[in-house]
Amino acid sequence: MVRSRGREENTRGAVEAHRNAMIRVTRRVEFSAAHFYHNPSFSAEENRRVFGKCNNPQGHGHNYVLEVTVAGEPDPDTGMVLDLKDLKDLLEKEVMERMDHRHLNYEVPELAGQIPTCENIAAVIWRLLEPRITKGQLDRVRLYESPDLFADCTAEVTVPRAGDLEGLEAGRRAWRDR
Amino acid sequence: MARPLKISLTRRYRFAASHRLHSPKFSEQENQRLYGKCSNPHGHGHNYVVEVTVSGPVDPSTGMIANLGDLDPFVGREVVDAFDYKNLNEEVVEFRGNVVPTTENVAREIFRRLRKFPKARVERVRIEETSKNSFEVEDEAVVS
Repeated sequence: MVRSRGREENTRGAVEAHRNAMIRVTRRVEFSAAHFYHNPSFSAEENRRVFGKCNNPQGHGHNYVLEVTVAGEPDPDTGMVLDLKDLKDLLEKEVMERMDHRHLNYEVPELAGQIPTCENIAAVIWRLLEPRITKGQLDRVRLYESPDLFADCTAEVTVPRAGDLEGLEAGRRAWRDR
Repeated sequence: MARPLKISLTRRYRFAASHRLHSPKFSEQENQRLYGKCSNPHGHGHNYVVEVTVSGPVDPSTGMIANLGDLDPFVGREVVDAFDYKNLNEEVVEFRGNVVPTTENVAREIFRRLRKFPKARVERVRIEETSKNSFEVEDEAVVS
């Protein structure tokens, strides 16, 4: 019937338009860790001058707050960009198990040879998470060392990669032809 | 495939200051209509929060985009010392003339000052005038 087909097309058009909206999903976790700043190629005096009290070899600690943002289009069947439980489990495995209640200078191999600053920790977390996020795309890693200091890690290039566009097109085709 | 990363560092600073929104270009009545209670003649004040974002390469020898040992005193001198416990209309020279110290204009002025930071690119300044209002200014958006 013409009328009902028209209505169906309208509905489909609305869903299609809806689907084009990119959504960002953010999950927050907290971990506590110790660290200190020391560059072995600097003299003791230089280390003190550059790093100040962060150079204390006994170390100190922070309650880090990590915000991980994934961007994508919600799956039409589930309405989700990704299952937040999967993201929670990923953060538990890759970040919490590695860093929570650890000494970042001694116990996190990914940080070996680097000064464990907010910038470097955020970049390590990005590199751990990025290849393991299979639904949506890692959009931002924000790491708070304190409420007044945080580092943001984002992808330098924000245009979708060719593969993403193909995936997007395949998704659209599947939706049209279902 | 891993994408290239962009890293930025954001630091929050605070200052408390008074101001009054009033433009000599308008009549008293127009000022009242436009700015409402913000135009009360004796002024009022806020606890401002300033978020400063720097970006650029991370120095491998320090792990830092900018050393807070450099950034904190710079922002302290250029912004906090200049604005904290001051009357913005009277004591910040840029607001003595026709420039009304709205938080938009305060954000632009702070950004203008902070762009001179020699150690890293200051790419963004965000100001909270209260916990309910915030204003952002980014690199290309400002003419000075």
